[in-house]
Amino acid sequence: MSSHHKTIKTQAELAALFRADITTGVGRSVKHESADKHVSGEAVYVDDRLEFPNQLHVYARLSDRAHARILSIDTAPCYAFPGVAIAITSEDVPGQLDIGPVVAGDPLLADGKVEYVGQVVVAVGANSLETARKAAMAAIIEYEDLEPVLDVEDALRKQNFVLDSHQHKIGDSAAALASAPRRLQGKLHIGGQEHFYLETQISSVMPSEDGGMIVYTSTQNATEVQKLVAEVLGIPMHKVVIDMRRMGGGFGGKETQAAGPACLCAVIAHLTGRPTKMRLPRMEDMSITGKRHPFYVEYDVGFDDNGLLHGIQLELAGNCGYSPDLSGSIVDRAMFHSDNAYFLGNATINGHRCKTNTASNTAYRGFGGPQGMVAIEEVMDAVARSLGKDPLAVRKLNYYGKDERNVTHYHQTVEHNMLAEMTADLEASSEYAQRREDIRAFNAKSPVLKKGLALTPVKFGISFTATFLNQAGALIHIYTDGSIHLNHGGTEMGQGLNTKVAQIVAEVFQVETSRIQITATNTDKVPNTSPTAASSGTDLNGKAAQNAAEIIKQRLVDFLVREYKVTPEDVEFRNGQVRVRDLFLSFEEVIQKAYFAQVSLSSTGFYRTPKIFYDRDKAAGRPFYYFAYGAACAEVIVDTLTGEYKMLRTDILHDVGASLNPAIDIGQVEGAFVQGMGWLTMEELVWNAKGKLMTNGPASYKIPAIADMPLDLRVKLVENRKNPEDTVFHSKAVGEPPFMLGIAVWCAIKDAVASLADYRVQPAIDAPATPERVLWGVEQMRKLKTPAKAASAAEVEPV
Amino acid sequence: MIQFLVNRELRSEQQLDPNLTVLNYLREHLGKSGTKEGCASGDCGACTVVVGELDGERVRYRTLNSCLTFVASLHGKQLISVEDLKHQGKLHSVQQAMVDCHGSQCGFCTPGFVMSLFALQKKADGFDKAETLEALAGNLCRCTGYRPIIDAAEQACCQKQPDQFDAFEADTVAQLKAIAPRETAELNSGDKRCLLPLTIADLADIYAANPDARLLAGGTDLALEVTQFHRQLPVMIYVGHIESMKRVDVTADSIEIGAATALSDCYAALAKDYPDFGELLHRFASLQIRNQGTLGGNIGNASPIGDAPPLLIALGAKIVLRKGSDSRTIALEDYFLDYKVTARQEGEFIEKIIVPRAQAKLAFRAYKVSKRLDDDISAVCAAFNLRIEDGVVQEARIAFGGMAAIPKRAAACEAALTGAACDSEAVERACEALAEDFTPLSDFRASKEYRLLIAQNLLRKFFLELQAPEVETRVTAYV
Repeated sequence: MSSHHKTIKTQAELAALFRADITTGVGRSVKHESADKHVSGEAVYVDDRLEFPNQLHVYARLSDRAHARILSIDTAPCYAFPGVAIAITSEDVPGQLDIGPVVAGDPLLADGKVEYVGQVVVAVGANSLETARKAAMAAIIEYEDLEPVLDVEDALRKQNFVLDSHQHKIGDSAAALASAPRRLQGKLHIGGQEHFYLETQISSVMPSEDGGMIVYTSTQNATEVQKLVAEVLGIPMHKVVIDMRRMGGGFGGKETQAAGPACLCAVIAHLTGRPTKMRLPRMEDMSITGKRHPFYVEYDVGFDDNGLLHGIQLELAGNCGYSPDLSGSIVDRAMFHSDNAYFLGNATINGHRCKTNTASNTAYRGFGGPQGMVAIEEVMDAVARSLGKDPLAVRKLNYYGKDERNVTHYHQTVEHNMLAEMTADLEASSEYAQRREDIRAFNAKSPVLKKGLALTPVKFGISFTATFLNQAGALIHIYTDGSIHLNHGGTEMGQGLNTKVAQIVAEVFQVETSRIQITATNTDKVPNTSPTAASSGTDLNGKAAQNAAEIIKQRLVDFLVREYKVTPEDVEFRNGQVRVRDLFLSFEEVIQKAYFAQVSLSSTGFYRTPKIFYDRDKAAGRPFYYFAYGAACAEVIVDTLTGEYKMLRTDILHDVGASLNPAIDIGQVEGAFVQGMGWLTMEELVWNAKGKLMTNGPASYKIPAIADMPLDLRVKLVENRKNPEDTVFHSKAVGEPPFMLGIAVWCAIKDAVASLADYRVQPAIDAPATPERVLWGVEQMRKLKTPAKAASAAEVEPV
Repeated sequence: MIQFLVNRELRSEQQLDPNLTVLNYLREHLGKSGTKEGCASGDCGACTVVVGELDGERVRYRTLNSCLTFVASLHGKQLISVEDLKHQGKLHSVQQAMVDCHGSQCGFCTPGFVMSLFALQKKADGFDKAETLEALAGNLCRCTGYRPIIDAAEQACCQKQPDQFDAFEADTVAQLKAIAPRETAELNSGDKRCLLPLTIADLADIYAANPDARLLAGGTDLALEVTQFHRQLPVMIYVGHIESMKRVDVTADSIEIGAATALSDCYAALAKDYPDFGELLHRFASLQIRNQGTLGGNIGNASPIGDAPPLLIALGAKIVLRKGSDSRTIALEDYFLDYKVTARQEGEFIEKIIVPRAQAKLAFRAYKVSKRLDDDISAVCAAFNLRIEDGVVQEARIAFGGMAAIPKRAAACEAALTGAACDSEAVERACEALAEDFTPLSDFRASKEYRLLIAQNLLRKFFLELQAPEVETRVTAYV
């Protein structure tokens, strides 16, 4: 038989196929859809696209002042370099200058003043990046320096805020503190974090007819880039198309920060009529773009002799940098997560959005949640040390209850609480109690090296707290050969979203994912997308794609019912086949027949998250559809002469509901854990006295390398536990929650240091716990004459 | 003209700008975009490629950072990038292992990891975790947390099968022999040039005639001037083809190391006599950098935070400086005069480094403290070399990096120890003396207070290790 003809299978053969399962449906460890292309170098990133002969490359001249008035900008010297097409300043932007995502405050190019070292002042388009750089550096900018604010505590004192402060309140914390048997006060600095996506920010823009733009960009937020490109050009959104196939990492760093390069390219492409690309060199990327918010925390906690919290007051001051960006929601999420797993009792949580003259801090995996959790975990440790108790005992004592003690400080009831059972499981599987004893014995005999152990929980709320963002769209076409084109509003940054969504569609149609072509996120196909953020990518887009697939499937069923005079119950899709009562048809045959019967084989899908609401004025509601849970037990060894340390072992138990893809979920859990560990250990951002970021490259800013992962890493997903809520195939979101498993390492390091003072004093070790900070913690322990005095958290006599 | 193989294809290049990096050559000249730029500073490994060099009748494969390698360095070698691994439509076994183990997420670092795994597989005899960690320490991944990549290394090393590179090896050897340099080559783009002499005499002559030229060995520091500081280097002389400068000769008294010897090639001899030197070299940058960077370069760039000089100074190493046909030998500690100022005269170059052999009566230890254990720059690097007889310090050579503008001996500390009994009082006096020796600076790596305290603590640790060897003192021993 000629290969041009399809083999016709017999009914018996089709029936046999029908009895089998597809191998790439939900719950399977299907490999990443781009894995083969990643490993062969064939995966195309924006910088790998072919360039046009008249391509322009953009380089930005950055402010070298933290705060200054711009007296003059002379771009004439830029044009002395052959190959320079244009040098633009804020005056050259044809439309709106501000590209702030929520509220104004982020000018595309500095407008009359600069507010941080690294702010874009001039952008040059030239025929090579090197020429653009030389030209941009030739521009003459005159400044008049103004006083900068560089310190978050300074900003807090001066109430130098980018947005108003906000409060969560339950009960009467002042009264509870006053009457509590014991009381502690303390403070903590929590460092920021550079995203260090391996692919730096990049956009490549092509002018199209009708004055529009096609924008190839590495962004988590296609619609927002579309909107901002339209706004800076002063054109309607329908003239701008965003195309986003894949990012080389995002982690929140491409939620708002991708817009700047895209808009600069668009303005230059608009003014010159030439295709324009901007790829940030690493140092520029780290200087221009915002990072995770550093936080300054003050706490005042009241508790009893067992360590049970009676009340707490928390001041959470986020260092937002110079503009609001997403800081409103980020500090809110820090506040929402300042309980982590614990019933706080009477609580007052104040969140402040401090303005400093640094890059505008932005979304980063966890979105403020990790900082809130670190604050309360510090409190748990401090309470336990002051009582001489194992911190895990204090943690467990304060866990949210199932039927009582289960209302958060924002008045949401914690349902389906898995904290106690997961902790018990992990405590047993990690042999916590035995190892606690072993470590005490080791430390008693080891004068220089000390081991530390900590088991910390994670409870993370899933949903955008800006409720309207909890929506998504998808688009599915089935072509006449039975092949499926899948598109949705989410973006692929490595997290496996496209793989999971393809598995979901495969499950609905009961076909293999090899039949499904995943395509670039494109605002032409699915409009008005929410950012791929808040761990929601699969929850939202998976549901939307499921909806689109079910709409088409229903049409197919309706058609088959009409065509074969059967009932809907007679039609069943399975393993690439369709059974119509006793007749077996291949999926392709059904599609062919449906096409000839004039059935629409294309559909959009849509999803909005149910149940959630939040009244910010009252600081009450149900902002989260559900919670994802996790727990980690970390053991470290610390050199008390140098502060260096090594991660010995980490056991993780994490809850992803019914996993859509265990391999991808474990990849998220492990990757997030290591990233969280890096944030709290070696990743240190350092600015000089003039506000310049000194750790502006991988030579100075150290993210975990391969030898930093724990020597023994044991990761398990909670098994056979569906999400009780009606999420997509009862899975749970996984992007952010495991990031906070890294807190266990930070607590374990402090546990090792606390061993020097018989575990009675919490060492004052801010995050990140660099070897230097650890050694100062060691020195603090050594200087203690009597452990009861001089604590990091000064004990206050009950009033 | 320079000649090299791009996989199996012969390339002859005359006009290329010698300031062009291999990364940009691949991406912009050859249109091979599989190799990625993550940092252009040799710190992330996304640009890792493999270079094959003749090793007798075999090809030896080593990784390097293409972002820090100038094209002239490819002369006479084989360049293998990620595109070359897939063969006849089938993934290479290291690529398949990464797929099978879910070793890629965003995929941007993946080509670099694949190339490091490829070189590891070529070298490895079965799976060894320590060897794997060493091979991959210079590749950063922000997504996976590395566990699946280690799994992939295990699969790739355990299931090693002959590949196309083995099948073509004889052919490749013949090709490499055919292009083996036979005379001084030159890459010349008009205003910039790079000369590639084959003998030390030719180097001396060329350098004497071009005293403003920059000597290019591994280029791992020099290339940063181009990629990070945007300077142009009009004349370079590549020393990597001078065999006599790439030799390690071990005699009864000394280890003589040619200045152009890659750090990877210094390892065996130094680690054998001085295990702590070996341990330090394991943590010295990354394998990609050690495969390129040279011991002479680590001295020549005169950085206050270079890791080899404190150890070499403590060991009493000497260097041979050459100019034309003249050469002189000086103690390494006399080479460093002030921040980036050395005793090297115009036209003079480091020919070799002479390290004394280990002696039983000398106790040598070295320590490096950095924020990250692997591939980081020292906050403080300390080396102690003491002769202790009958419990009395007879001689002390102690040197530090990161504590001053140059790698420097701790004279007051040495004096405090010399002639003293090895008791805690003497150690504490010596610790106090360190504060006279050094006034360290604060920077983003460490505060001055921390630097001084760990310098003192490292001295305490040194004595503790000597006197109570049963006590565990190093977290790096946990592997």
